[in-house]
Amino acid sequence: MRIALGLMLLCVGVSVRATAGSDVLEGRALTFPGDYGSHAEFRTEWWYLTGWLKTEGESLGFQITFFRTRPTVDVDNLSSFTPRQLLIAHCALSDPQRGRLWQDQRIRRAGLGLAEAMSGDTHVWIDDWSLEHKSATYIAKILAEDFALNLSIRTTQQPLLNGRAGYSQKGPSPLSASYYYSIPHLQVIGNITRDGKSDAVHGEAWLDHEWSSQYLDGSAIGWEWVGINLNDGGALMAFRIRNPKGESHWTGGTLRDAHGTTQVFQPHDVEFQAKRTWVSPRTGIKYPVQWHIRAGSREFDLKPLLDDQENDTRLSTGAVYWEGAVSASEAGKDSGRGYLELTGYGEPLRLR
Amino acid sequence: MFGQSRIAWRVWSLLLLAQLREQPVRMLITVVAIALGVALGTAVYLVNNAALNEFGLASKRLVGSADLIVQGPREAFPESVFVTLAHDPAVSLASPILELEAAIPGVRDAFKVLGVDVFRASAMQPQLMGDIAPHILQLFATDSIIVSNQAAVQLHLRRGDLLQVIVGSKAKTLHILDILSPDTYSQSLGIMDIASAQWIFESIGDLNRVDLRVKNGVNLESFKKILAAQLPASVLVITPQVERDRAVTVTRAYRVNLNMLAMIALLTGAFLVFSTQSLSVLRRRHSLALLRALGVTRLALQSALLGEGVALGVAGSLLGVLLGTFLAAIILQLLVGDLGNNQLQVVGASLRAAPLALIAFLIIGTVVTSAGAWFPARSAARQSASALKGAINASPRTGAGRYFSIALLGLGIVLTRIPAVGGIPLFGYLAVAALLFGSILLVPLLWVKVLRKMPRTHHVVLDTAVAQMRDNVKLSTLSLSSIIVSFSLMVAMAIMVYSFRVSFDHWLTKLLPADMQMREPLGNDTAFWSVQDQARLTAVAGVSRIDFRRTRLISLDAVHAAITLIARDFNVNNIADILPLVQSSALPSTKLPPIWISEAVQDIYGYKIGSEVVVPLAGRQHRCFVAGIWRDYARPAGAIVISRQAYQTATGDHNANEGSIWLSDGQNAARVAAMVRAQFALQDSIEIVTSSAVKERSMKLFDHAFVITYALEAVAVLIGLAGLSFATSSTALARRAEFGMLKYIGLRRRQVIGILATEGMLSSVFGAIFGLTLGAVLSLVLVFVINRQSFNWSIDLAVPIWQLAILGLVLVTAATLTAIISGRAATAGDAVRAVREDW
Repeated sequence: MRIALGLMLLCVGVSVRATAGSDVLEGRALTFPGDYGSHAEFRTEWWYLTGWLKTEGESLGFQITFFRTRPTVDVDNLSSFTPRQLLIAHCALSDPQRGRLWQDQRIRRAGLGLAEAMSGDTHVWIDDWSLEHKSATYIAKILAEDFALNLSIRTTQQPLLNGRAGYSQKGPSPLSASYYYSIPHLQVIGNITRDGKSDAVHGEAWLDHEWSSQYLDGSAIGWEWVGINLNDGGALMAFRIRNPKGESHWTGGTLRDAHGTTQVFQPHDVEFQAKRTWVSPRTGIKYPVQWHIRAGSREFDLKPLLDDQENDTRLSTGAVYWEGAVSASEAGKDSGRGYLELTGYGEPLRLR
Repeated sequence: MFGQSRIAWRVWSLLLLAQLREQPVRMLITVVAIALGVALGTAVYLVNNAALNEFGLASKRLVGSADLIVQGPREAFPESVFVTLAHDPAVSLASPILELEAAIPGVRDAFKVLGVDVFRASAMQPQLMGDIAPHILQLFATDSIIVSNQAAVQLHLRRGDLLQVIVGSKAKTLHILDILSPDTYSQSLGIMDIASAQWIFESIGDLNRVDLRVKNGVNLESFKKILAAQLPASVLVITPQVERDRAVTVTRAYRVNLNMLAMIALLTGAFLVFSTQSLSVLRRRHSLALLRALGVTRLALQSALLGEGVALGVAGSLLGVLLGTFLAAIILQLLVGDLGNNQLQVVGASLRAAPLALIAFLIIGTVVTSAGAWFPARSAARQSASALKGAINASPRTGAGRYFSIALLGLGIVLTRIPAVGGIPLFGYLAVAALLFGSILLVPLLWVKVLRKMPRTHHVVLDTAVAQMRDNVKLSTLSLSSIIVSFSLMVAMAIMVYSFRVSFDHWLTKLLPADMQMREPLGNDTAFWSVQDQARLTAVAGVSRIDFRRTRLISLDAVHAAITLIARDFNVNNIADILPLVQSSALPSTKLPPIWISEAVQDIYGYKIGSEVVVPLAGRQHRCFVAGIWRDYARPAGAIVISRQAYQTATGDHNANEGSIWLSDGQNAARVAAMVRAQFALQDSIEIVTSSAVKERSMKLFDHAFVITYALEAVAVLIGLAGLSFATSSTALARRAEFGMLKYIGLRRRQVIGILATEGMLSSVFGAIFGLTLGAVLSLVLVFVINRQSFNWSIDLAVPIWQLAILGLVLVTAATLTAIISGRAATAGDAVRAVREDW
């Protein structure tokens, strides 16, 4: 579960004559490679790639996200600029040596071959930023203002279907739900460029692909999400949606163990406990950056790669949130690497 | 050296204080003249500067951080051009734009609308798009538009209001989503989503501008060349700077008048200083001689006298700079800077501190004035030792002046042959100055000759007057020079304005032969009449015939402002009946379509009659034959007339947006106009006026534009007259001893006054004739050099004989009256005492 940054903004104030998208219903079986591709009939969709990278001597976190959303448009307009779909890309590189986050983003309307999200298989791009899936490998290219990523990401495992066979409920109502699968343990090779200096990298990543027409209900103000590649080959995804009082509104998760057995969690199976907070010197927002998580019978401790992994996109999309690389341990023993996302700690997020 | 300058300082302050005490009004008038000249110059500069600054700022907002602008013709290019550009490896960002001048019902001026892709534009024009970002989704609604504060004020719009635009001959309704803050953009502008703009304005697939930012390390100039080679003909690649330079060109012309007036005032002031100082030197010759006798060196005395002029200059210039700044502030507030034509509406322009420019004007004023004071100071210092015992030394020194004068006149003539510098007729102004000074230097020579030729009449008053003037040529010359300066410049201006008015009148008559004129809002891209509309209009009862025209803006190159293409119906053989041709050539046997270019196109682009040129029509380059050159006072950027048939063949565009209506006999214009309007749902979108009303309105606008010119001219002449009267009265006072002598030898007081009156009349008749002649010569420079170089259009010379005759008469009368009045004052009192006092 990931939040479309731009979507938060874009959904604010949208008039209700929305071209409502298709409903997410339980029981629709996900089929591949078709479901790797874009689902234009749903209102929102995203491909969210996160992971850890290693250069010689450095550990870095990275995330590359492509969002797709359908704004309300006059369907009669024959202009090829008509924004039938909007595409938003965001990329961040967590750099503990420099103690900073490299980030950049783009928003475009789809069309004219300049920005598209294709159906059939993953192929989405905005100008020279792209993510493409071909013969079990994702190719990600990001050419940001002052940094660049050029990664080849090989799949080693089958998609992990979240929720009930890919139907992931986000609240008490079955209508607020998404289709959602993850691909853990992706093997990354490639290179990154920072300030004109290029480094070869390798590492492990995680892909989320999720699409929906009605994501959250009105009681949600923010959430926690985590996805961990466990050292034993297993994978954990867990999320918690908070209500305005800061309590759990809904929780969920999926765990695939080393043997490939998948366990889908009910709301009462998942618990998030904040352990340590960090205050952003820029925004003054207090984020719980260290966590204790219970997922069924297993308990994990999460520690951030660096505290300052705050994403500030207020200038373009209006959202401030924390998202970054974390390491996981079980009973004090290192057990995996992953990404953690914390939203709604500044101003409450208003999702329609 | 130190002692020397301290003495000069003491002498200066003594003399100046005495002057101030004795002649406060004259000093004041002199200061006012200088101040007026400096003020006009300063005000023109400041208003212009503020306007350009404002325009620069606005255009900077529109251009944003674009490195290059790919600009198409108004009828656009296909959006595939944008896609190709966006894919170009040298391009880091491409932003597609559809830029239109939309027609609004009932509004005379077209309304600029930008259709933008906010996502791309917000990186290119962050300041302009910053306010829009929060509304981005609502802006996607096809009827949404965000307008600038100025547009909201002009069109009386509030958030949530509806705004109608005319597309073709139909109205479409837009919804005002938001109003930008005045800080964001100060001009009138509407911003829509690019998709909505294409849809609403029926331009699907069309763009006419793409802003480009290139990647680091790309050579802009060579990339520009590569692009220009790739792009379709008539699509230009321009650098943002050019966009701003085009504005400068537009504002340039209107400054001519005011600069000319500033020059008149300043030169009049300088000559006032010259004559005042010369006369006061003569008057104070005893005191000056005494100072010399007491050991004050020549240099110290000269410095002191020069210092007087400098003091006047500094005072006048300071006052002028303040006055000019104040004037500029008022102009900017009240007139809100419509710079003489509709091409550049500058709103919200604010005065900017320009300390360097103000200092420059201060220095110019002071230097010009000091030059006026330098000659009398030098001659006074030379002569004053002998003056202690001598009489007024008034023998004219003519030898050196003659050659200098001829040299100046020659220089003036040469200067008229030099072309404009960056569109400013700099050398034209210099030519006026050279001719003026050269002629003024001739005044004493000619005056002496005229006086020598004057026959004896045996009429005692007349003969005495002539004799007196012969002996005192220098005195009368001095009082004449300043009035000649202002009078001749005024004559020149009057001839130019009159010539322009007559030519303008002729031009209007030629252009408006029909009974009525109709048009869609001027300069708009969206409203037009289709072939069906045209047929319906022609069928209206009472209409005998309608000549439809199609006008479009086209760019001939990447540097100059767009010109107007006028496609109209005419018989090639009768072209001279409908166009004010200044030059035409026989049509060649070639099949090339003939075009008739306005003088501006000839001047700006160097197109020659009889040559083949390339004109972009509907995105393709068409070879055309220049068959004639016509005069156009309406479109300073230039215009090309082509036959409608040739235009339609080249473009397939059969629409029209202007027309001339001939009524059937005995039809009432107002009734037919109403019926023509009734053909459209939007009755008030079309402007229909009788040709006589157009003409009347145009002439009124013309006169209105020159009101300030007339007023300031009058002020300049009044100052000149004041200078003349001061000169006369001070001469009269200085000659009290002489009058005493005349009375002593038996002349009656009436006769003495008669002598003075005759002197005043004769010298002012001479001055008037000289001024008229000089003014006529200067007017040639104004009409044929300065006007042509500033505006790129010709004017036929026409002389307002009656106006000039009356002016001359006023001058002579005023001079004679002044002489009588000063004569009365000077001859009052005892003759013997007067003789004694003066000796």
